[in-house]
Amino acid sequence: MSGSGSGSAPPRPKKPAVSPERTRRARRRFISSAMLLVGIVGTSLLGLLPVFRKRLKRLRPPGALDEEDFLASCIKCGQCLQVCPVSAIRLGDIDEGYGIGVPFIAAREQACDFSCEGVQCVSACPTGALTYEKPNFFPVREGAGLSRPPTLKAKAKEPEPEINLKERMGLARLTHPEACLAVQGKGFSGSAREAGFKGRMRYMEVDRWKPIPVNEHPYERKPCDLCVTECPVDDAIALEVFTGTDGSRRFRPVVREQCVGCGVCEMVCPVGLAAIEVEPRATWKAGNL
Amino acid sequence: MRRFKENFLCMLGAEPKKPEPGQVSEEVRRIMEIKRGDKTKSRIKEQLHERAHRQPCHTWRNWRWVVLAAVNLLFVLSFWLDIHILAGALTGSHFVGFHLIDLNAALQVMLAHKHIIVNLVIGTFTVFVFWLMFGGRSFCSWACPYHLVSELTEKIHLVLVRRKIVTDHEFHRGTRTVFWGLFVVLAFVTGYTVFETLSPVGILSRALIYGPGLALGWIFLLLLFEVFWSRRAWCRYVCPIGLTYGVVGTFSPLQVSYHVEECFHEGDCRKVCLVPHVLDVTIKGRATVVKTGLGPDCTRCGLCVDTCPTGALRFEVKGLSKLL
Repeated sequence: MSGSGSGSAPPRPKKPAVSPERTRRARRRFISSAMLLVGIVGTSLLGLLPVFRKRLKRLRPPGALDEEDFLASCIKCGQCLQVCPVSAIRLGDIDEGYGIGVPFIAAREQACDFSCEGVQCVSACPTGALTYEKPNFFPVREGAGLSRPPTLKAKAKEPEPEINLKERMGLARLTHPEACLAVQGKGFSGSAREAGFKGRMRYMEVDRWKPIPVNEHPYERKPCDLCVTECPVDDAIALEVFTGTDGSRRFRPVVREQCVGCGVCEMVCPVGLAAIEVEPRATWKAGNL
Repeated sequence: MRRFKENFLCMLGAEPKKPEPGQVSEEVRRIMEIKRGDKTKSRIKEQLHERAHRQPCHTWRNWRWVVLAAVNLLFVLSFWLDIHILAGALTGSHFVGFHLIDLNAALQVMLAHKHIIVNLVIGTFTVFVFWLMFGGRSFCSWACPYHLVSELTEKIHLVLVRRKIVTDHEFHRGTRTVFWGLFVVLAFVTGYTVFETLSPVGILSRALIYGPGLALGWIFLLLLFEVFWSRRAWCRYVCPIGLTYGVVGTFSPLQVSYHVEECFHEGDCRKVCLVPHVLDVTIKGRATVVKTGLGPDCTRCGLCVDTCPTGALRFEVKGLSKLL
């Protein structure tokens, strides 16, 4: 650091007079250098804007530290993205400011279905921004921690059916109950999503290690219960019976404490705008919903 | 040691010093005497004639481009073909089981995060040792994808300068040192890896591997600035990554060395160089010893080696020539 300032004006004992042109040039160079500094640093600080405006309400991959710590510790290398079998992880662009190159999951397009079973992205992370074991000095937000390790339905019959995940990524919420087919008392048949949808999922009855497009796996349900049956985690969501205003038997998906916020329910929800959505980083409160 | 210190300060932004008469070695004085004594300039004439018929040589540049492309292609193919030889991007990667972490990115992360991360330390150590061996800023010219695009657009800049459409606006080289310090402070104070938002190395590397995005707009702006305003501005005056690797390469054995005896002080090398101040020693009267290693700011790109008509500049591994 010290060499920078003094370098511009070294004392010249042998040449007493410095030509005015030279002084002018030195001054001009100093000013333009200062402008370059201000310009670049100012531009880099623009990255704060999206962060401040909470534009970064992104669903982060499983095992992510709390948002501030996550942005700080992520080295933006994308190794988590490379190992995901369903390509659920994407990287932020420059419009996300300091979220550039930081992984997120757009659950409606492609949710994390835990088909890797080992939470590969966590293993791939070189900096511990995604981690199985959060160091003690990071506090766990109230309601972010899971009461017990989540059990994968796919591994239910195996000796160790749990995945190593201590905290939830978010929490599913029935944000548009009026749109929910089950609430309306309707069933569903056909492909879950609109034509051209590219999202993939692992179906145990098809192939355990090879996810297939969701649309290649049509459903026939009455009432519609895709969010419940497709949820990869045991005891995270269930249908509850209630009586509609017309006196008919209706159903409502109810999210439970084991919900990790992976977003599969949001991805498979067959109505135009998902009736159930994951709220990133939401925490569990007793009597949720 | 004195020269180490001088080179280091020069990398931080100080102007290269002219040597005092007492500092010039006896041997160099004799060489310069012989050069001056060649009144008929016969040797120079001979050389000039030879040079006029000389084919431009691009050996080192071509090798460098091949290596640079191969490194970045290995990243891309590892992901696309799912072969996982070199997984990740230039900021952080995994090479057949070894963590490789960019030193500057690791510094930013640890300062923003305020924790020592074991994997990062391991990964930076591997990278540190590698570039210590292969010359610090060689990262810039042999691996950095921005260096390549910038090198190509530099040609446009030079054409425009030759036609007097634009002029090169020079900044103070110390600006980069201030940038380095500022980004360190910013990472620590804000808790974000501020520099990574703008780092063309990360942006380009990710764009190559994971597909293009809006961030390429920033790269485009930088290149415009370099073409129309200031030659190689990012690499010369801004990039803290370059400075970090420069520091690593201070004691690197792999160097371009300058042999004053062969030199005709024509300055072709300084015209092609990204960091011409390291070639200040090639100015008549600057050399103090027969063989001088160029300073740590040298990116070992080899352009001067290719350009030098007399072979006064060559790649050398310090100590190895004595052994052989």
